[in-house]
Amino acid sequence: MGHPRQKVGEVLLEVSGVSLSFGGVKALHQVSFQARERELCAIIGPNGAGKSSLLNIVNGVYQPSAGTISFAGVQRKSMSPREAALGGIARTFQNIALFKGMSVLDNIMTGRDAKMHSSLLAQALYWGPAQREEMEHRCHVEKLIDFLQIEHVRKTPVGRLPYGLQKRVELARALAAEPRLLLLDEPMAGMNVEEKQDMCRFILDVNDEFGTTILLIEHDMAVVMDLADRVVVLDYGRKIADGTPEEVRRNPEVIAAYLGVPTEADREAVAEGAG
Amino acid sequence: MSRPLDTFPRLLLDHAAHRGSRPAMREKDLGIWQTYSWTAVAEEVQALALGLAALGFRRGEHLAIIGDNRPRLYWAMAAAQSLGGIPVPLYQDAVAEEMVFVLADADVRFAVVEDQEQVDKLLELRARLPALEFIVYDDPRGLRNYPRELLRPYEDVQTRGRAFAQEHPGYFAEQVAAGRSSDVAIMLYTSGTTGHPKGVMLTHDNLIRTGRGGNEREKLTADEEVLAYLPMAWVGDNLFSYTQGAIAGFCMSCPESSDTVLTDMREIGPTYFFAPPRVYENLLTQVSIRMEDAGRVKRWLYARFMEVARRVGTQLLDHQPVGPWDRFLYALGNVVMYAPLRNVLGLSRIRVAYTAGEAIGPDLFRFYRSLGVNLKQLYGSTETSVFVCIQPDGEVKPDTVGTPAKDVEIRISEQGEVLVRSPGVFHSYYKNPEATREAKTAEGWFHTGDAGYFDADGHLKIIDRARDVGRLQDGTLFAPKYLENKLKFFPWIKEAVAFGDGRPYATACLNIDLQAVGNWAERRGLAYAGYTDLAGRDEVYALLSGCVDAVNRDLSQDAKLRGSQLHRFLILHKELDADDGELTRTRKVRRRFIAERYAALIDALYSGVDRVPVEAQVKFEDGRLGTLRADVQIRQARVWNTVPALQAA
Repeated sequence: MGHPRQKVGEVLLEVSGVSLSFGGVKALHQVSFQARERELCAIIGPNGAGKSSLLNIVNGVYQPSAGTISFAGVQRKSMSPREAALGGIARTFQNIALFKGMSVLDNIMTGRDAKMHSSLLAQALYWGPAQREEMEHRCHVEKLIDFLQIEHVRKTPVGRLPYGLQKRVELARALAAEPRLLLLDEPMAGMNVEEKQDMCRFILDVNDEFGTTILLIEHDMAVVMDLADRVVVLDYGRKIADGTPEEVRRNPEVIAAYLGVPTEADREAVAEGAG
Repeated sequence: MSRPLDTFPRLLLDHAAHRGSRPAMREKDLGIWQTYSWTAVAEEVQALALGLAALGFRRGEHLAIIGDNRPRLYWAMAAAQSLGGIPVPLYQDAVAEEMVFVLADADVRFAVVEDQEQVDKLLELRARLPALEFIVYDDPRGLRNYPRELLRPYEDVQTRGRAFAQEHPGYFAEQVAAGRSSDVAIMLYTSGTTGHPKGVMLTHDNLIRTGRGGNEREKLTADEEVLAYLPMAWVGDNLFSYTQGAIAGFCMSCPESSDTVLTDMREIGPTYFFAPPRVYENLLTQVSIRMEDAGRVKRWLYARFMEVARRVGTQLLDHQPVGPWDRFLYALGNVVMYAPLRNVLGLSRIRVAYTAGEAIGPDLFRFYRSLGVNLKQLYGSTETSVFVCIQPDGEVKPDTVGTPAKDVEIRISEQGEVLVRSPGVFHSYYKNPEATREAKTAEGWFHTGDAGYFDADGHLKIIDRARDVGRLQDGTLFAPKYLENKLKFFPWIKEAVAFGDGRPYATACLNIDLQAVGNWAERRGLAYAGYTDLAGRDEVYALLSGCVDAVNRDLSQDAKLRGSQLHRFLILHKELDADDGELTRTRKVRRRFIAERYAALIDALYSGVDRVPVEAQVKFEDGRLGTLRADVQIRQARVWNTVPALQAA
């Protein structure tokens, strides 16, 4: 069903002229793009194009060697992941990063960490305002559990859950921080068709219900073309295209670099990939 | 002044007036059980009813209800009934295509649905449902940007209803007072093993008189706890939760989601419970699997005490004499094992547990009874408002369905078919006088279509559908369901379809139980890729050969059915699925459909071939079609001629 989404707002994230290198390897070179409020923006590109590096720069894990990032009107050259989290950026990881021995509920509660105000001692004593605060957080988390339909595993240790559900729990934890910008690193990798459909539905719902801006890395082209309002294409650390899915799909450079142009070498690569 | 409590809205208002603060419904929301008192429910129902009235809902009109068991959907049911309308609940997991017939047949103008999933289905069908005017939805999630013209949020309708109440005070009371007990209270579509589903119209009288009889028989009071977790479109849910609750005034709880039923059940601790045999079977399978993974001491304790329970558990439940030493052992077992196990299963507080729908394996049945769970079988159908026969306390025999319920008359026709006359026998099929005439005589006898007879103690025994009972070429009696049930009592076999009518011998197509056989394979280090692969393994064939042999040996004991032993069998390459039309929504096999679809396989069962290549169309859950290719093997089974010595089944 087509989604007549509400108009996107002001620019929320602006990456300008960002470069990053590891030793001699240039992971990113002079990359610039914008993500607007309530936009669902996808970053695509072949393996090693620098997609995850770009996400890591946005939430402060890597510091760019050149260029600036401005988020919610504040320009900066570097910051720590914790500052990013407090500033309203949350993310999920390509390889799930949850506390495997803890229950789903506890894992999601950790996402509320940045929102906890009472002191460690007050929390330990579970007294007065701390108790009230905990209940508020729990209520918020329960709403997310309901939203992502994981009621049946609320008390189950995450390590015992199937992969698709773990991904959903990770999304819940990211959402628990009530982010303005949500970074999703391959949320659908390794899922079957049905799990992918569910995840797509959840991502659209998050975007729709909470008005969260989403920056998404994804390999499945069908998914990207369906979900995204805008697509940024990277190749060897450079941005080669940026636009609506339609525009990107027609862009000859993208077709050449990513979707495969009918050259001999590409045909071989495709045959290899299929085999 | 006071009117008789003979319609659902009057029962509701009576409870609200006399026991208003007592709980009527519970629902788990955000992880916490929320309770609605009878007063609250009556208020919500009134607001919704008046909202619908303001939108133009008329007396006698149908209200489609689609979704999981949610209080708000039950209120919609009561709201329609208050206005003299007829709720028509639909199976919530049906695909749009399956809904269109019912919605069109019932001329539905109003629908109350749970969420976006159901709204999508209705919008998809919109072009084919010109009558549809309003879709009232409960959960607004994902619906923000949908076209407004048909959609109404549940709250808005209620707000409108509250305003309507200000303008028209007394309207609701008038509408409730205008209701008659002979009005149709609900229309339920039968799943229909052949042809289109038929709308069964049940009156307030049908349901309430039947429900009262049931409450009296089991002495149900306002203190019962029930979990409403079965599809609202199924007559059982309506009777066991809604009807009997409305009469006795007990509280019904709605699970948080369909995946949390087991947890919710433990938390609620129902005292009155219904489940089809497959639910009990799943519970037992889980227990067995977990016991196999348990430590040695626990396994020993389990084996030891289950042995005690098997020996004396049922006798104790039926108050039969048991020796003091066994009594002591059972009491000890109750402390260390039975009680904790009942607790894990959510059956700690059960007073009455029913099962019906299909035959339940004697071992499975005894397992629960020996643990002290008063599990009983009953017999009935949508057309009889459920209760026809119930096993009486203390006289429970696994192979019968018990004695007639209150005010139920039963006759066995000359062809061996069971005929029923009772206050619960339905009014008629909607817009289908021909089918009504076929099913119900002028004197009110309903043709159940089941073949059965009374045993010496006056208990009814059902063997099969009357029209499915056939004869082999040599005239031997062939009751396919009887064979299939015997096969399905093995944990490895999930579904079985037997063939033999007009054939030289009986044969069967089997489905393995992926969970049980998968576990079995894992423990043997047998790697497999999926259902099709596992089902084709020689090891699995050997396992199932053993089951078929045992069934044959059992049959060879029965003079009447000895000739219908299974000569050949095969394991199907795919699981029979309701989405492919092979099972009904209540998971009964559609024998004729399967016979057509797998004609090549069945022909092979009656030829010398032992390997058949097949190709099957499957419908994936997202509605796409795919093709499955496999080789299916056919095996010979051992047929017993003499009567060998036999250990207890």
